[in-house]
Amino acid sequence: PPPHSHSDWIGPPDKHSNLRPVIFYVPPEESALERRLREARQENQACNQRFWARHNRAFRQEKEEFIYSRLKAKGLEMRDETGQKATLNAEEMADFYKDFLSKNFRKHMQYNRDWYKRNFTITFLMGQVALARALRWLRWKKKIVEH
Amino acid sequence: GFFVWRLKGAGTGHTPCQFVHLCRAANDRFITFQYFNFLKRMYVTQYNKDLSQRAKPKSDPVVSPFHELQQLDQEKKVIHQISPISPVHQPWPETSRRNELREVESAAESEASATAVRAEPKEDRQWKEMKLRLDELPGILARLSKIKLTALVVSTASAGFAMAPVPFDLTCFLLASLGTGLASCAANSINQFFEVPFDSNMNRTKNRPLVRGQISPLLAVCFAASCGVPGIALLTLGVNPLTGALGAFNIFLYTCCYTPLKRMSIANTWVGAVVGAIPPVMGWTAATGTLDAGALLLGGILYSWQFPHFNALSWGLREDYSRGGYCMMSVTHPGLCRRVALRHCLALIGLSAVAPVLDVTTWTFPIVSLPINLYISYLGFRFYRDADRGSSRKLFFCSLWHLPMLLLVMFTCKKSGLDKEDKNQLLGETHGRAMEMRLP
Repeated sequence: PPPHSHSDWIGPPDKHSNLRPVIFYVPPEESALERRLREARQENQACNQRFWARHNRAFRQEKEEFIYSRLKAKGLEMRDETGQKATLNAEEMADFYKDFLSKNFRKHMQYNRDWYKRNFTITFLMGQVALARALRWLRWKKKIVEH
Repeated sequence: GFFVWRLKGAGTGHTPCQFVHLCRAANDRFITFQYFNFLKRMYVTQYNKDLSQRAKPKSDPVVSPFHELQQLDQEKKVIHQISPISPVHQPWPETSRRNELREVESAAESEASATAVRAEPKEDRQWKEMKLRLDELPGILARLSKIKLTALVVSTASAGFAMAPVPFDLTCFLLASLGTGLASCAANSINQFFEVPFDSNMNRTKNRPLVRGQISPLLAVCFAASCGVPGIALLTLGVNPLTGALGAFNIFLYTCCYTPLKRMSIANTWVGAVVGAIPPVMGWTAATGTLDAGALLLGGILYSWQFPHFNALSWGLREDYSRGGYCMMSVTHPGLCRRVALRHCLALIGLSAVAPVLDVTTWTFPIVSLPINLYISYLGFRFYRDADRGSSRKLFFCSLWHLPMLLLVMFTCKKSGLDKEDKNQLLGETHGRAMEMRLP
């Protein structure tokens, strides 16, 4: 993002977590409230990134392992004669999906709770900041009118 | 109509085809076509929405026509280096229509683009300023509220209103439709607000406004409140309190029960089916003011419809659900998934037969609707037996036209307003008058 910009910038989805990173703008006169908001958003971003990057990587890895073990059981290789990667069809993968979902259930429950909490906190802070800014703007307007 | 959420966002191979042809013709023509035909089509053309959302009305991803136009303009204006694009994984159902559209559009502009852009449009690779642009706002809000899904919800509510055995009141109808639409927008927005990181990880939903940072969560919540509160107020005060209560309850059910439940237990499917069944009930109560058997029947039909519709759709999305942590029958209890779908296909036949008993329709309805009900049951049975992609797709696409057709047939077979009692009364009056005239 350009250095003179006064707003946040959001980028393309991350390769591992599929989440879009945000670069937060730090205004020179950032109030305490605004700083809390920014830090909450940064922390949220970091938590989400950590969770999903690890989770997706685990998914991909376990999926590979599953395919490999199934192919081996069937007596096939990972790549066939033409060099194409061998895959299993959806029905065969269904066992893996079911297994993966149940294995990660508790992890998801924990993440869900955290995410909802963080989301509400951030949105509430945003509301407070917006209100504070609006009041500040009104006071500034009043000052302009008076002079 | 909230069940439309669940509109499976499967943008699969064939249905979009006709669409893509039209798109190739001209963008503006596409937009008008889309606009005027979305009601006819009765399914969400852009499936950004989360597949796990079954509810039609509050369904998912629906890309507004405005957005498409804007996208095109932006793509034309921005010519940039194509950075190496990460491998695009496109499982079959994930190919959203929008992606296909983008493919078409970018193919047309391929001079500017070095490589063929698959799922991610060029502008997606850029860093964007997170500033709200007013000219983009309508499109953003349309996508936030899943406007097409909302339209479908409103149409199921209208179906409920139309089927009610009372004289048609236009004002009431319009107020009820508007109120339902606003309530649907509110619920959809809150749903997207809750699901940002999950939506980012699923192909179908990764282009939603909150995921892309086009709107702040605060604004999404404010928008939801500014739609929901007037919507429910309109229903309560302008129509009747019962409809308002149902609307509020449905919003609550969708946002606070269904959305979190999606990640906790497979029971979400049943809750989602109820969410989808309520709008027609609301339409009925808006017309009559009471919750009678006919309303429940209509709700029952929509409820049963949800299962073949959603279960078939979710069959192809098992990978995304598994990775995203969504608890869906298709992943955890595949046998149950298929059984339930079949069961409810058959239930539709039964419910259609009950309609004349409750005086909602004449006896022609179960007879005329039997072919389509049998057909969907047949596809349901094939899905149950074969349990493969082909049968699930067939069932899903059948469900898309089955519902509008069923509702249409139901409306044409509606029992006429003048029932026997009225006729007797009229005859009695004329009889009485005749008698009076004879007596001196």
